[in-house]
Amino acid sequence: MTTGDPVQPPRRVDRAGIVIAALLAGLAAVLVWDARGLQSTTMYGMGPEAMPVVIASGLALLAIGNLVDALRGSLPARESADPVPVVLILAGLALLIGIIGFGGGFILATSALFVTTSAAFGRRAVLVDSAIALVMSTLVYLAFDRLLTLSLPAGPLERLL
Amino acid sequence: METFAALAHGMAVAVQPMNLLYALIGVFLGTAVGVLPGIGPALTVALLLPVTYKLDPGGSLIMFAGIYYGGMYGGSTTAILINTPGESASMATALEGNKMAKAGRGGPALATSAIGSFVAGTIATIGLAFLAPWLVDFAVRFGPEDYFALMCVAFVTVSATFGDSPIRGLTSLFIGLTLGLVGIDKLTGQARLAFGVPELLDGVEVTTLAVGLFAVGEALYVASRRHHTEEKLEPVRGSLWMTKEDWKRSWKPWLRGTMFGFPIGALPAGGAEIPTFLSYSCEKRLTKYPEEFGKGAIEGVAGPEAANNASAAGTLVPLLTLGLPTSATAAMMLAGFQQYGLNPGPLLFAERPDLVWGLIASLFIANCMLLVLNLPLVGLWVRLLAIPQPWLYAGILVFATMGTIAAKPSVVELSMLAGFGVLGFLMRRFDFPIAPVVVGLILGPIAESQLRRALAISLGDPMTLLQSPISATLLALALIALLAPFVLKGMGRFKANED
Repeated sequence: MTTGDPVQPPRRVDRAGIVIAALLAGLAAVLVWDARGLQSTTMYGMGPEAMPVVIASGLALLAIGNLVDALRGSLPARESADPVPVVLILAGLALLIGIIGFGGGFILATSALFVTTSAAFGRRAVLVDSAIALVMSTLVYLAFDRLLTLSLPAGPLERLL
Repeated sequence: METFAALAHGMAVAVQPMNLLYALIGVFLGTAVGVLPGIGPALTVALLLPVTYKLDPGGSLIMFAGIYYGGMYGGSTTAILINTPGESASMATALEGNKMAKAGRGGPALATSAIGSFVAGTIATIGLAFLAPWLVDFAVRFGPEDYFALMCVAFVTVSATFGDSPIRGLTSLFIGLTLGLVGIDKLTGQARLAFGVPELLDGVEVTTLAVGLFAVGEALYVASRRHHTEEKLEPVRGSLWMTKEDWKRSWKPWLRGTMFGFPIGALPAGGAEIPTFLSYSCEKRLTKYPEEFGKGAIEGVAGPEAANNASAAGTLVPLLTLGLPTSATAAMMLAGFQQYGLNPGPLLFAERPDLVWGLIASLFIANCMLLVLNLPLVGLWVRLLAIPQPWLYAGILVFATMGTIAAKPSVVELSMLAGFGVLGFLMRRFDFPIAPVVVGLILGPIAESQLRRALAISLGDPMTLLQSPISATLLALALIALLAPFVLKGMGRFKANED
């Protein structure tokens, strides 16, 4: 919607754009490397290795296209981003994965995610939020376990129910 | 006549009490989730997919129909009341609708959008019912090479033709195609891109990708730019009902919006943005009250809302008859079919007519239920909108991870969800479209197997793609659609230099 804007910011090389182009090129390389390990057992037509190579070529071309865009500085303008909340939410997700992985159960895991996300959005009342999260996830657990009979991972808290 | 019989049969399926109940639950849940800010219909369907795990296919698809339409209604409510369209298709609605709400005319804005969606949805569903059998007759003649060509058209139109930048759109598509390669190759049984991780052998789950990209990505993105904008919820003041004047100004935009929405949705062109913006600019030109546009003109809500809903029903035409999803929401619907091993397409019409026609009939019923539910319950939806942002997004993330935890509680799957969340965040930040990733993941493997089948039949001769007239035409169309934006952009630049 903003194309054709008469007032153009001074064009500069966009570093993030170069990183994106490099990542795409890297992905293409991984595809080709992976495809080399496949055996073409098909007599006629395409084997399993053909499509990865086609997609890898596409990715390589797009890496060039993105690189050109980055060098021209013609990527859309970005607003400043605050990294702290992003890191907080990702930490919450990491906690969730860790707790599930070590058998801590659904209630503790989702509560951890709830509290960190809420903090990422500016809440500072960690204790209140923890209480809300524990009650909510217990209710969700019971609803799934008893009503829908879908089993969610159980940990120490779930065994008490 | 055949259509009427089939539709009547579908109605008989849909009005069974249990199925009515499923439709009602679907409509209710769909609206409740869709009304949450930042959640569009595609995410609504993705989030609610686990709820349908335990149902039989018929009941689950009927609930889906309800969720789909409910999510659409919910999205427009959000667009009108807090000016955060959950998807680009309700941007036009937000433009005028939010102004109306600010001027204390939120009630009529919600009403014209609800009634307009009903009118458009009903007409478009009739269109679907009549167009589908005709397209199915055509599609049974498709060979694998024709299907492959058709998917090429969908790939190009979804990613390149209508977006802001064809390069970024195609990049998204190719990321999706890459993800589609992961797992065991169905024809030879060899693992691709699995890197020895057993969980990856089954491939990437569509729901994990969609929930990661849409829900987790959106939460990260909103959190990262929380310091920029404060959203404000407009209270619904005054009468909910439309005046005679409102009706007079609304009915023509409803019909015109439907005329834009249905055909564009039914073509494999993807997305409801085009018809909604076409409808918006058309109403702006035709209105008798041009001075009101930009300040809350009811035509600017009525038209785009109708166009949005009509195109949503339109996208079901290629989805049901050809198995071709052309929007993120349609891709999620396809995932819903696939969880029962059902593949939409001409065969499904022949093998499970009860299912397909039951679904189409349920669309009618869901539409009627929404009209009855949405307006009286608007107070409840508004209260949902007033949930404080920290709890709202914390709840959304818990809900989003819950689906994955319920389906596959493994560290690998959850890490993938988080990874896709980061991908979704970065794509939003750098302005890459998201829908092509989901479409690429779903359609990529299908396109590959059709191509390989076609080449196996032709004993490896690639000319088979050009010898079939259908496939040759479609491939030409795909090429034109791919080159058009580059050519037009070049012309645009040429013009800019002239000035």
